[in-house]
Amino acid sequence: MTMFVSDWQWGYDGWIVVITALVAMTCAIPGSFLLVRRQSMLGDAVSHAVLPGIAIGFLVSGTRDGGWMLAGAIVAGLATAMLTQVLRRVGGVDRGAALGVVFTTLFALGLVLIVQAGDSVDLDPSCVLYGQVELAPLDVVVVRGIEVPRAVPWLLGVLAVTFLSVQVLWKELLVASFDPATAAAQGGRPNLMQQVLMVLVAAGCVVAFEAVGSILVVSLLVAPAAAARLVTNRLRPMMFIAMSIGVVAAVGGHLSALTVPGWLALETTDVSTSGSTAVFATLLVILAVLASPQQGLLFGTFRRLALRFRIAEEDLLGVLYRREVESRGLGQPTGVHLSELGGGGPGLAFRGMMRLAAIRLRWAGYVTPFRLIPHPDQIKLTEAGRVRATVLIRRHRLWELYLAGAAAIPLDHLHATAMDLEHLAQPDLLASLEAEAAKSVHDPQGREIPRG
Amino acid sequence: MSDGIATIFAMGTPSLAVASTGGEDFLRILLLQDFNTRVVVAGAMLLGAVGGVVGTFLLLRRRALMGDVMGHAMLPGVAAAFLAVQALGLERSLPVLLLGGGIAATLAGLAVIGLRRVSQLDDDATMAIVLSGFFGLGVVLLSVVQSSGGGGQAGLEDFVFGKTASMVTSDVVVIAIGGLLVLSVAVLFFKEFRLLCFDDAFAASLGRPVMGLDLLLLSMTVVTALVGLQAVGLILVVALLVIPAAAARFLTDDLRWTVAFSSLIGAVGCWLGVTLSAAAPGLPAGAMIVLATAGLFVVALFTGPKRGLLPRWWLGRSLRRAVGRDHLLRSMLECREVTGNGEITAAELMMNRSWSRGGLSGLLRVARRAGEMIQIDRDRWRLTDRGEIEAAAMVRNHRLWEHYLLEYAHLAPSHVDRAADRIEHVLDPVLVRRLETELGALVDAGPPASPHPLADETPPGDDVVAGGNES
Amino acid sequence: MPVHHRHRNPPIGPEHDPQAALSIHDVTVAYHRRPVLWDLDLDIPRGVLAAVVGPNGAGKSTMIKACLDLVPRVSGSIRLLGDELAAVQGRIGYVPQRETVDWDFPVSALDVVCMGLYRKIGWFRSVRRRHRNAAMEALDRVGLADFAGRQISRLSGGQQQRVFLARALVQEADLYFMDEPFASVDAATEEAILEVLRSLRDAGRTVIVVHHDLQTTRDYFDWLVLLNTRLVAAGSIEETWTPENLRATYGGRLTLLEAAGWAMGTAGSGQRRS
Repeated sequence: MTMFVSDWQWGYDGWIVVITALVAMTCAIPGSFLLVRRQSMLGDAVSHAVLPGIAIGFLVSGTRDGGWMLAGAIVAGLATAMLTQVLRRVGGVDRGAALGVVFTTLFALGLVLIVQAGDSVDLDPSCVLYGQVELAPLDVVVVRGIEVPRAVPWLLGVLAVTFLSVQVLWKELLVASFDPATAAAQGGRPNLMQQVLMVLVAAGCVVAFEAVGSILVVSLLVAPAAAARLVTNRLRPMMFIAMSIGVVAAVGGHLSALTVPGWLALETTDVSTSGSTAVFATLLVILAVLASPQQGLLFGTFRRLALRFRIAEEDLLGVLYRREVESRGLGQPTGVHLSELGGGGPGLAFRGMMRLAAIRLRWAGYVTPFRLIPHPDQIKLTEAGRVRATVLIRRHRLWELYLAGAAAIPLDHLHATAMDLEHLAQPDLLASLEAEAAKSVHDPQGREIPRG
Repeated sequence: MSDGIATIFAMGTPSLAVASTGGEDFLRILLLQDFNTRVVVAGAMLLGAVGGVVGTFLLLRRRALMGDVMGHAMLPGVAAAFLAVQALGLERSLPVLLLGGGIAATLAGLAVIGLRRVSQLDDDATMAIVLSGFFGLGVVLLSVVQSSGGGGQAGLEDFVFGKTASMVTSDVVVIAIGGLLVLSVAVLFFKEFRLLCFDDAFAASLGRPVMGLDLLLLSMTVVTALVGLQAVGLILVVALLVIPAAAARFLTDDLRWTVAFSSLIGAVGCWLGVTLSAAAPGLPAGAMIVLATAGLFVVALFTGPKRGLLPRWWLGRSLRRAVGRDHLLRSMLECREVTGNGEITAAELMMNRSWSRGGLSGLLRVARRAGEMIQIDRDRWRLTDRGEIEAAAMVRNHRLWEHYLLEYAHLAPSHVDRAADRIEHVLDPVLVRRLETELGALVDAGPPASPHPLADETPPGDDVVAGGNES
Repeated sequence: MPVHHRHRNPPIGPEHDPQAALSIHDVTVAYHRRPVLWDLDLDIPRGVLAAVVGPNGAGKSTMIKACLDLVPRVSGSIRLLGDELAAVQGRIGYVPQRETVDWDFPVSALDVVCMGLYRKIGWFRSVRRRHRNAAMEALDRVGLADFAGRQISRLSGGQQQRVFLARALVQEADLYFMDEPFASVDAATEEAILEVLRSLRDAGRTVIVVHHDLQTTRDYFDWLVLLNTRLVAAGSIEETWTPENLRATYGGRLTLLEAAGWAMGTAGSGQRRS
């Protein structure tokens, strides 16, 4: 850490990161469920709506730690979920509107309560909103002779309880999230599971109130889970990945709070860690959107480019092969000049792609220059190239066979569609294609299907 | 940073009533005797009205929570504008800060749309991510503002929680300009927004630019949220967009009236909130506006004539009662047709139709009060003349339907009774006349004969479908 | 792979029959790059009542939506009434599936029908008395004149469908697309809708209907399009209503073609010949 930040202090900055990371992990667990249930904004609503609960708990107990505030927040969180449900069911109010009505009202109530309490108590809505993790390491207790911030044992406890309850109720939560109707039919109590989830979210909000503030808890509930969702398709790995991403966001958030102002030549020293954690978490989501292996923009673009390149190669091989078959016995040169390929007036991109493909094929030994004076644009198939082209042509004709037979696609469309399909190389798809076309030898246009 | 915020927040609390709140002062505020009060109240009410209009369209387009995203997303814009103004050494002015907020909110709206397109995350997740990301950035910039010192950050903090009481005439002018702009766009495009919200596929098939209209609605939301910042702050500005619109849906079934009621509720809620916050110290105006509007929402939820809970409950109750009365009168006639005796015991009625004992005695009580039946002794009842006429009409309706269903719907005779049972209570006179012309010759003055043997009507053990307690 | 076919398909314009009401040439439609409708090629003449028939997931609604540019197509071209969609948009009517809208919406039946006139009324102008009169006439034609002022959630399913039909009628279009107008309506409504459709056809308009009920197809329609992820047959009902065609349409899904579609979707190669 000290290599990034000159004035890093393990006893202070280290604890800040630990506290934020613990909060992030605690939030990622219910957050993953909220995400797959498409209820992320419920997390936003609950994180606002716990304010009156926290306020009442605080007013009753007069201290900022302890069970009262937790209890108040959990009650407020449950009330949000239940009131929203009632408004939707009984009043027929749209889901988003019901959420909006309930949480703004509760939040306003919380504001009034806190302001009413006035100067007599040490709680102001700003610290509930933004958190003040910067102060947390200064408030220490001694555990077994070691000074740790008061928040840490408390956070560890909530994290353990959250994690254990999700482990114990895993099956039920999964079914209730995926298919509430079936869950209800099997006596799975999906509504109870929803309430369990709300308790966990509310608990997350209370612990987050210490670290990032109750507004930014939305960030830690949703962003790590969303990033994880983009990386994996399964819920259990998703939850663990979300927890890890939360930790990364915590570390990155605090580090960037310390370093980024310096890069921007700002003379500020205390940039909000909670804010930068939220920003960092959002950046991680954007990163996942760009780079996730399944749905990412970058990977998708890369895959499409690679595919286009392969298609260009295969098309070139196909053209060469057909040229050979056409000119068989005519004693003419059986190569092709690249400029012949552009019958339809290809654009620059097309020609460039073809030339690249030709170079690649030559380098791999599939084609070779056919004139005495070698010219990169004048090529013909080698033996290896002929083998590969045979496979391609066979695939093409098999598709035509299938399309003409089972799919009854008109003859004049066969070639173009088969041209698209022949590049699909998934083994299981090819196996079923072979099976479909096993009996025929000739393709619908009467030409021979080469043996593979 | 918390010290700064705490003091700033403490400054945010004083309401119009200032320090001395006597009943006299409250009256002054209620009667709008101060110029300053008039300014604040006018600004707040205008704001509420605009929020109600835009909110209705957002709600019907199922984008109610976009207001939440927009509101939160303004923080970084406002803070960045503040920093920029400070760096350039200019005077802090409201329009510049609002411009910053507006740009940030627009970016957030576009980010939601863009993220949804490229990422396959659902609506809720994209909104929550954009909201928290922008707000996080806002908190960061706010901390930069605070630690860099310089005066005037108090004004910034007001944007978070709102500070209606500090509104001055120039602020109200800004609100008025923004509000009128939004209102005139809403009027001009009313037709198109109605189409967009109801059936966007059809709008597209007419060649209407769905995307463009959505963006227009988005920018109206931005402007509304901007002018709302002053009054309720960016966290609660969504309340102005959501609560009045949701409340108005209970009051009417017509879009024009929904918009009108929604803006009325918004305006009244804002006025109430401002006035209430003036009534006692320590009631922040922004929060009071939200609570007052929510109060109006609850009133609408219970009493709204179209979808309110109480009217619906009352309607269900009176329908159940009417159905019960119809069944009772018809049973009396039918029992008499079977036994030939006009004096019917409750036990005989219970045989005729599966009532519950309590339900039957309740119905009998109501019928006696209405003068349709008289109680001869403890157990026996008889129809009055008036009851006789009503019951005859009842039976006539029922049997007409039975014949119709037999004739046209080809139901089996054993089923027509139950089917007719369900239909007969919802007959309006127009339908009865149509029925009569349809059936032509079958009809004469009296009830036509039953097309099925009456003894079979409800065999013992038959289920309760034909019973008096269906609704 | 947008360009690599050009050397084989010289850029001659697609041959569209200018007399056809709907002319689809070589159209492939994909959702998320996964083709769901392959190589569609068909002409529907003017003045017919045409049914688009096929099993679930055959791409019937997709075909209609592609004609109206409501879903992007990856290849091919479509001519409506001999022209591009944009040029004839005012002469096209559309009845979406009933489930696609929120029937709790605060509008009356008359308001909904008036929506069919919004294009004619134009921007910035409001609905006037004569528009409402036209809408009332259309409601009367579908037998709902008595229900004009009623909020749409208080109409039965069949009546809601008829309101949609009236909205299309008021468009006075020459070519209508209707997505499952007969889905879950009562017998009386079915009768009423059919009568309206026939009167449209008799007035020389073309009506293209996505239909799910094979029992009634032969009696109701005079032109038939059989779809199952690709065109099986299209033509007059006498020619196309054959056991072989029906078997080809309903005889199971083309699993291999579907799998190929999925493979193209994941490989990201579905955008061919754009």
